[in-house]
Amino acid sequence: MIWIDTLVQGILLGGLYALFAAGLSLVFGIMRLVNLAHGDMIIFAAFAILLITGSLGLNPFLAALIAAPLMFALGWALQRFVLNHVLGKDILPPLLVTFGLSVALQNGMLEAFSADSQRIPAGPLESASVNLGIVTVGWMPLLTFATAIAVIVGLNQIFYRTALGRAFRATSDDPVTASLMGIAPKGIFAIATGLAMVVVTIAALYLGMRANFDPSIGPARLIYAFEAVIIGGLGSLWGTLAGGIIIGVAQTMGAAINPEWQILSGHIAFLIVLLIRPRGLFPRAVD
Amino acid sequence: MAPHVIIRTRMGTIAGIAALALIGIGLALPAIAPRALIQDLFTILTLLTLAQLWNLLAGYGGLVSVGQQAFVGIGAYAMFAGVILLGLDPVLAIPLGGIAALALAIPTAFFAFRLQGAYFAIGTWVIAEVTRLLVAQWKALGGGTGTSLPREATSDIIGVESIRALFGVREAAARDILAYWLALALAALTIAAIYWLLRNRLGLALAAVRDNTEAAKSVGVDARRIKWAVFLIAAFMTGLVGALIYVQTARISPDAAFSVIDWTAYVIFIVVIGGIGRIEGPILGVIVFYILQSTLADYGAWYLLTLGLIAIAVMLFAPRGLWGLLSDKTGLHLFPVQRRLEGIDLKGGK
Repeated sequence: MIWIDTLVQGILLGGLYALFAAGLSLVFGIMRLVNLAHGDMIIFAAFAILLITGSLGLNPFLAALIAAPLMFALGWALQRFVLNHVLGKDILPPLLVTFGLSVALQNGMLEAFSADSQRIPAGPLESASVNLGIVTVGWMPLLTFATAIAVIVGLNQIFYRTALGRAFRATSDDPVTASLMGIAPKGIFAIATGLAMVVVTIAALYLGMRANFDPSIGPARLIYAFEAVIIGGLGSLWGTLAGGIIIGVAQTMGAAINPEWQILSGHIAFLIVLLIRPRGLFPRAVD
Repeated sequence: MAPHVIIRTRMGTIAGIAALALIGIGLALPAIAPRALIQDLFTILTLLTLAQLWNLLAGYGGLVSVGQQAFVGIGAYAMFAGVILLGLDPVLAIPLGGIAALALAIPTAFFAFRLQGAYFAIGTWVIAEVTRLLVAQWKALGGGTGTSLPREATSDIIGVESIRALFGVREAAARDILAYWLALALAALTIAAIYWLLRNRLGLALAAVRDNTEAAKSVGVDARRIKWAVFLIAAFMTGLVGALIYVQTARISPDAAFSVIDWTAYVIFIVVIGGIGRIEGPILGVIVFYILQSTLADYGAWYLLTLGLIAIAVMLFAPRGLWGLLSDKTGLHLFPVQRRLEGIDLKGGK
């Protein structure tokens, strides 16, 4: 019984990791850029939501609705004014710029918000749970998981049903040819990063409501997101969910055996998948 | 005269002689320098060595590792294990650090080389995290809280007694001088070895693989073997530096020894600011870094924030760093590694 419970908790935790990973996967898929500041941006968005709930007295979901367009604008500007200038054949400059951004962001948040642990207050939702017969699960993890599925469905709809999505896919396949067809790749990149920041805001909302966060925990979120992306296979959003679930289950199972092993078991699951299937479970892109 | 390829320049020879003179001065320095300066120089020299090694990986090998703290940490822990579990002299236990890092580098490369390009960077970071979490389980060496070198081990380190007699200083100061000399030797050795490597066939192959892997393969360069070789060499040397740093510190914990900020972020900033892909870059970078640190150290997080922003600005406006700017303006190369063709007689045309 306890094992089924652990398994279910792990799967639901995987939803949160899939949310972390979706933004990373989106940006990589379109412009082959790995944003090393991704985790710190999640924490930044969580602080933004916290500030909005605190100052305007809003419900966190409404606060996230306000934060999302702001984050979109930030992402758009970051891509337009910084990252577009370093994208190219050489992978080194964008990596080093986002690494610099990661360290700058972490320390900027440390100055602005101090090292204290924070939490986005979610009222009665924090402890509400539902009995599913075999197991009892919290509303919050359930909602996180449902949101992860909704985000993936939404992104897939954008990718395969809209003109913007077609432009995304075309730019991803071949930016030069896409630009011959009247698409401006740099503008597309800016929109893609903006969109990734909206996903980051959604991830931040659940991260902040579920657990404590502080300016230093960004890099660990980046690592979970990265592991989920690699396990799922580059370019597959549903694969990202599978990857998140594998990390989540490995972590809750590890923690059930020995609390010190929680994080370690997640990493080891990742290394095992990398060993057996180096291209992930559902590889799509060839890179 | 038959056409031939040369690397040597007059400036290079002058710089070589100046470097030897500098090492000589460095060796004699403890006779007059105060202890605080020796300690600062120790930090500068170890960071310089780490920066040169990271530059070899990223700037020449195209391997952007964000997980070099794994090798610093495992090197330091292997040295501690040698002292605490085997009863070795701390200085004699330093080579264990290199060996342990080399042993860790083999599985690391095996996993990380499966990841292409940018994902390699985070892959190395994951391995560093896994190593940190595993070492934190090592109860004999203090587990998650860490431990110190035992008093008996630090009190009679080999050579400290003679340094004490030579300079007439207290034991703690003599230990600092010994560590400083070792750091000087390691830095000089690392720079010389990288310089030698780059002027050799392996260096040529390395540059070819970095600039265009496919083209390099087509002329018979084994790209995979070259990357393995560079990764293992850099790991071994990084392990030695890690062990040396913790001989001087004498206190270890997993969080400090595997710190991504201390052993990788600083190092990356030094290389980026100084100039990536040049031997001169990290040397200039570590000087700039030290000046920034001494002026901004009191401002805590602002200091790291500034460093991060400077690194971004450098990548945007001067991607080859300060040395790149300087070298473009003056044509100066202190450590020439470029091959030039001489002795060709151009016939016809002009």
